[in-house]
Amino acid sequence: MKDVLRIECSRHNLQQVRDFVRAFLHRRDLPELLVNQVVLAVDEVVANFIIHANGEDAHQVIELQLVVENHYLNVEIADHGGSIYLPPPHVAPNLAEYIRQGRKGGMGMALVNRLMDRVEFFTRDQHTVCHLSKHLA
Amino acid sequence: MKVTAHPSADSLLLVLDGELDASSAVLLDSELVKPGLLDYRKVLIDCAKLSYISSAGLGVFISHLQRLQDHNVKLVFFNMQEKVFNVFEILGLDSLMTIVPTQAEATAA
Repeated sequence: MKDVLRIECSRHNLQQVRDFVRAFLHRRDLPELLVNQVVLAVDEVVANFIIHANGEDAHQVIELQLVVENHYLNVEIADHGGSIYLPPPHVAPNLAEYIRQGRKGGMGMALVNRLMDRVEFFTRDQHTVCHLSKHLA
Repeated sequence: MKVTAHPSADSLLLVLDGELDASSAVLLDSELVKPGLLDYRKVLIDCAKLSYISSAGLGVFISHLQRLQDHNVKLVFFNMQEKVFNVFEILGLDSLMTIVPTQAEATAA
């Protein structure tokens, strides 16, 4: 059975997203460190969709689905906004250089790629979809 | 998210309470852009009640670190929860920033 959440594209809804993912994982009695890692990965992708893909247009909607199958957590994050947002291929950030430059962004997808076992972005019916997967030992 | 500032003679203590994400990062940023910050010798960040940090929160610290270092202001984190430290660790920020277990060690750092 899937758990589903729909939110409007506002960064103020990120707390609701994290609470939803936490509640789903806490029901499965998983270690807090693992729960936080999954919550973080989902939060980063949803924040990217809200801020970069939709420019925080609260009329646009993002749908999140969580399901556990065969000890794997599978997450689908579907951006129902009007634009396609496919992040560039992952390159490990040079953090010493980021510090020197005083850069604020550019670490979110690096975190997602390190936290999850599988990260995929693709298009479906003119919308962007992200699939995340993690083995729950 | 709540950020409370406690100034003293040569250091500024910032107590973070709650979840630091793309929505709340602006609160922290507004504390770190204050010009008076560069008059301190140290900025101490109490993370005991910081229960979550995303890349937006990390980005605030990263964006100010060089400016603080250029003005000989040391940024020191302490009382960090394991799950928050884990996020610094995953990116390798634990080796680029000063993170110590206790306030006493932060004061002495």
